[in-house]
Amino acid sequence: MSRQRSARSAALGLTVRRVPTTIPSRGAGQLRRRLVVGLLVLTSLVLISVSFRSGEDGPLSGVESAGATALRPFAVGLDRVAQPFRDAYGWADSLLTARSEAERLREENRDLLQRAIQSEFALQENKYLRSQLDYIDSPRFPADFNPVVAEVTGRPAGAFTQAIVVAAGSSDGVRLNDPAVTADGLVGVVTRVTPDLARVQLLTDEAAAASAVDLRTGATGIVRHARGTRETLVLDRVRKQDVVRVKDEVVTAGWRAGALSSLFPKGIPIGRVTSVGQTDTDLFQQVQVDPYVDFGALDAVILLVPSDRR
Amino acid sequence: MSGTTWLRGLAVAFVAAMLQVVIVSSMVVGGGAPDLLLVTVVALGLLRGSIPGAVLGFVGGIVVDISTLGTLGVTSLVLTLAGFWAGRYGETTGRGRRLAPILAVGTITLLAGLFGYILYYLLAEEVVARHALLTALAPAFVLNLILALPVHRLVRAIVGEEQRAEPSGEVEVLLQR
Repeated sequence: MSRQRSARSAALGLTVRRVPTTIPSRGAGQLRRRLVVGLLVLTSLVLISVSFRSGEDGPLSGVESAGATALRPFAVGLDRVAQPFRDAYGWADSLLTARSEAERLREENRDLLQRAIQSEFALQENKYLRSQLDYIDSPRFPADFNPVVAEVTGRPAGAFTQAIVVAAGSSDGVRLNDPAVTADGLVGVVTRVTPDLARVQLLTDEAAAASAVDLRTGATGIVRHARGTRETLVLDRVRKQDVVRVKDEVVTAGWRAGALSSLFPKGIPIGRVTSVGQTDTDLFQQVQVDPYVDFGALDAVILLVPSDRR
Repeated sequence: MSGTTWLRGLAVAFVAAMLQVVIVSSMVVGGGAPDLLLVTVVALGLLRGSIPGAVLGFVGGIVVDISTLGTLGVTSLVLTLAGFWAGRYGETTGRGRRLAPILAVGTITLLAGLFGYILYYLLAEEVVARHALLTALAPAFVLNLILALPVHRLVRAIVGEEQRAEPSGEVEVLLQR
């Protein structure tokens, strides 16, 4: 019996033939699909391996740098087009918090006015005292740094890294581990550099940390990201006997020990203490810090380039 | 898929990647930001099939990795698999379903979040599971779902939908003389 005939159609004396369709062979389609996706996955894995293992000096860094430079005009163009929409979004967002923000700013304004008067006295006193002291190992800020103002051009997608890409690179004198600040305070540190761009790891990243000091009491610790939150910091490693109070200002410590020194110059504002706690079992105090910098609304940052480098 | 359609797909993936890097990533709502590129790649996969989905996901991911000076290949790997899975879903059980974009975007957002976390963990990057999988992923999940249908319609208007040949159930009856 012909393969195209069933038992019933044979009994009826009929021939049943399937109408040919335009579907390609199922096996060939599956094979092609598997080949393509396998190739792409393999390429991605190779890229990850090479990029991850070789770091800054690897064969891919040049390609990545050239690619980033080529994509930069698109990013800048899109950024300009999007700026009015972003402003509108920021304005709408700010309306939600305007009332509480205004009250807080009034209080802060009174506080700052008081401090400005005190600072004026302190400045006169400081001039005299500085001339008397011989700070051999003291960090020198800001005299030793040149500012490089850079526009923020991008942010990585997802919640895995807290970083920004800025439009300044090694051609501007920027190098790895250069600090990034704004007028509000410390932003982070440069972790990758190309001739035209740099990646800045924000202080809110899980891997970021900065040695810090309580400006009022001198209690020292390490500011790092508070786990499980997006924009809250903690002042870690503060000894139990040290005094830290709510509303104390936290700034970078800027230590130096022989040839080693902190990445950050001394005295860059970081944030204000919002809560202090300690338990009998903990070795250190639990100090929460509200950063001065709004990490979600960074449009530009200042990269601090040591003046003796240029 | 014709050459013109490939070009349109590439343009859509490129623009979505640049928008993601420049604008969308900084639009944090409730602790998380939407992933426009992921939603776009899912739409491309659903509309054009698994191979275009995988290829365009790879391209979009590479653009993101290069633009953000990140580890090359990480985003492209996640998006290749996302585009491929969306394509397979569109070619099989998701075909013709009105809510397929929402279902695909929701599922792939969760899987991509989990896969991304595992990938970063394997690369020894410090990522807190609670933040990556809950605090940031929950709002991103909702925002991606909101974007799913509008983005799907927009992508369909630009690249069109793959005309898939249905297996015919018709038979031709021949009388035997």
